[in-house]
Amino acid sequence: MATHTPEVEDFIGKKYKHGFVTEIDADTVAPGLDEDVIRFISSKKGEPSFLLEWRLQAYRHWLTMTEPKWAHVHHQPIDYQAISYYSAPKSKKDGPKSLDEVDPKLLETYEKLGIPLHERAILAGVAVDAVFDSVSVATTFKAKLAEAGVIFCSFSEAVRDHPDLIEQYLGTVVPYSDNFFAALNSAVFTDGSFVFVPKGVRCPMELSTYFRINAANTGQFERTLIVAEESSHVSYLEGCTAPMRDENQLHAAVVELVALDDAEIKYSTVQNWYPGDENGIGGIYNFVTKRGDCRGHRSKISWTQVETGSAITWKYPSCVLRGDHSVGEFYSVAVANNYQQADTGTKMIHIGRGTRSTIVSKGISAGKAQNSYRGLVKILPSADGARNYTQCDSLLMGDRCGAHTFPYIEAKNPTAHVEHEATTSKIGEDQLFYCLQRGLSEEDAVNMIVNGFCKDVFRELPMEFAVEAQNLLSVSLEGAVG
Amino acid sequence: MLSINNLQASVGGKQILNGLDLEVEAGQVHAIMGPNGSGKSTLANVLAGREGYEVTGGSVVYRDQDLLELAPEERAREGVFLAFQYPVEIPGVNNAYLLKAALNAQRKHRGEPELDAFEFLALVKDRMKLMGMDESFLNRGVNEGFSGGEKKRNEILQMAVLEPRLAVLDETDSGLDIDALRIVAGGVNSLRSADRAIVLVTHYQRLLDYIEPDFVHVLSGGRIVKTGDKDLALELESRGYDWTREAASA
Repeated sequence: MATHTPEVEDFIGKKYKHGFVTEIDADTVAPGLDEDVIRFISSKKGEPSFLLEWRLQAYRHWLTMTEPKWAHVHHQPIDYQAISYYSAPKSKKDGPKSLDEVDPKLLETYEKLGIPLHERAILAGVAVDAVFDSVSVATTFKAKLAEAGVIFCSFSEAVRDHPDLIEQYLGTVVPYSDNFFAALNSAVFTDGSFVFVPKGVRCPMELSTYFRINAANTGQFERTLIVAEESSHVSYLEGCTAPMRDENQLHAAVVELVALDDAEIKYSTVQNWYPGDENGIGGIYNFVTKRGDCRGHRSKISWTQVETGSAITWKYPSCVLRGDHSVGEFYSVAVANNYQQADTGTKMIHIGRGTRSTIVSKGISAGKAQNSYRGLVKILPSADGARNYTQCDSLLMGDRCGAHTFPYIEAKNPTAHVEHEATTSKIGEDQLFYCLQRGLSEEDAVNMIVNGFCKDVFRELPMEFAVEAQNLLSVSLEGAVG
Repeated sequence: MLSINNLQASVGGKQILNGLDLEVEAGQVHAIMGPNGSGKSTLANVLAGREGYEVTGGSVVYRDQDLLELAPEERAREGVFLAFQYPVEIPGVNNAYLLKAALNAQRKHRGEPELDAFEFLALVKDRMKLMGMDESFLNRGVNEGFSGGEKKRNEILQMAVLEPRLAVLDETDSGLDIDALRIVAGGVNSLRSADRAIVLVTHYQRLLDYIEPDFVHVLSGGRIVKTGDKDLALELESRGYDWTREAASA
């Protein structure tokens, strides 16, 4: 049992006295974690008992686990008792009143990224009420989705309005016992997103802009669950190219995807959390568990990610290819600059017959950064005729960074085909000079070369977002050469 | 147009150019010949401003500007073009995309309107005909998987689109079979004009059968030791380079 501070004790004591009523003044629970804190979170959110039970089981399991050390990253030990595990959505009163009050440097970045004007205010934390445009846009989206029968809401709303679906699917892809951070998330998650696409429905829009507008303040322990019923189709876009301000250093999200027969889920991520300054001070620790379950026959789950932010990224979006002839894909660009550390990759678990997976990973290292690809391709005895193709390329900029590749292949079925290709190249001074000699600026030349390197991944992104991703890459690598 | 005076340059601490003088006027074609290691490619790279080629003395004036003061991209935008001896591959970067970006960077520099995709395509297709190139070239990665001959042709295509004032062709003939050589030379000849100067750096006389130079210079030990007309190239072909060195030190 973890110890906690007297403040928490005091606070929780008070709460008990009032019998779990919600008229509590405090918005933030004092740092520290124990079962009472979890009960507090659950009651604060008015959760059904099955969810509280699940959280507590997760917590008890977490206590038996130790933080994993195998990733190729280094950081100071994290003090889990120093984190506050609940904070109510912040009042907008303290935020800037208009864009005029926002740090001009941040606005400059938005400009470079080509973020639409009406979204900049939200991203910068300007009171949303002032931005009528986007609110009405969101409302329009909601109506359109409801018409199609698609459920898309915050995780809290889903728990309230669709508890049966949550109970049916939560933790079925990433059990709370999966790993240290997944267990922690399961115990203390505060919010996230829920998507449910009913049988035969093709989601009428990319779930992107809407999300971007509403993504603020989902907290550091985020939980996403996407369920695609038979023959449905959904494309979901998480994250944002714009640098998001966040005071929390540790982020441990869990994402679960479930695809039933003939369903397809395309999940795209652009991650640009604060990476720390050029001396490696500050920055987000991003420890994420993402997994998709191709539960049905001929289902397909495709992960596309562009990872440029965070001080440390530890993330392996994976596919469990359970259904026969199901397909898993992973396309990744991971950029690490200055002192950033990225350890990312994927797992493809082939269980069903004729399952196929494709992995394309592009790692870019600059400054003193360390970038690792870690991937597992596992073919179980049942997976007759399974196929995997893996391509893993690393690009180094300068001579103080590192690129590492840790591919694991376990094939237990003799009919499986597994291919692995890997390359490491330095951004050629020759390539750079060639472009300069044709009249391009150094900045444009680097962008062009890097974007060429990432082309196979960018073309998997939704169209509008591919452009932003390219811009993001150039902003992330600004000054990396020369 | 180009006035090189007592140019000295080193690469990796090793002195390569030792007081090179050269005057090039608009409309002229100069061939720089010389044995391996004489400094031919160093001269080409110094003119283009490549990193690692350190100028240790002398001056280069290009159209009344100190060329050595300009960054490589500024030189390019001012009309200095280098056809590379070993054109580099840039995977994933579309050949047409690079060329369009380059052309528009140069046009912008000159205060001319940038070409849109249609205008550019019309221009580049016209120039490709000149080089006998297939349009599929445009959609391939820059030099990606090109044969040696294709790479060199691509260099001249870029030259034809960018229309430089001063073109330096570094061993453009190396690695070409006779048909490819003819096509490349034809492209270069079509780009000869009264307001353009061309400097051909070459080891062999063979290229000069197709591109007739106004002047032939022999580079040896980092200096020009002999200058003549196209007959000098023929003499070099039959006698080799050694006699020029002896003549120079005599």
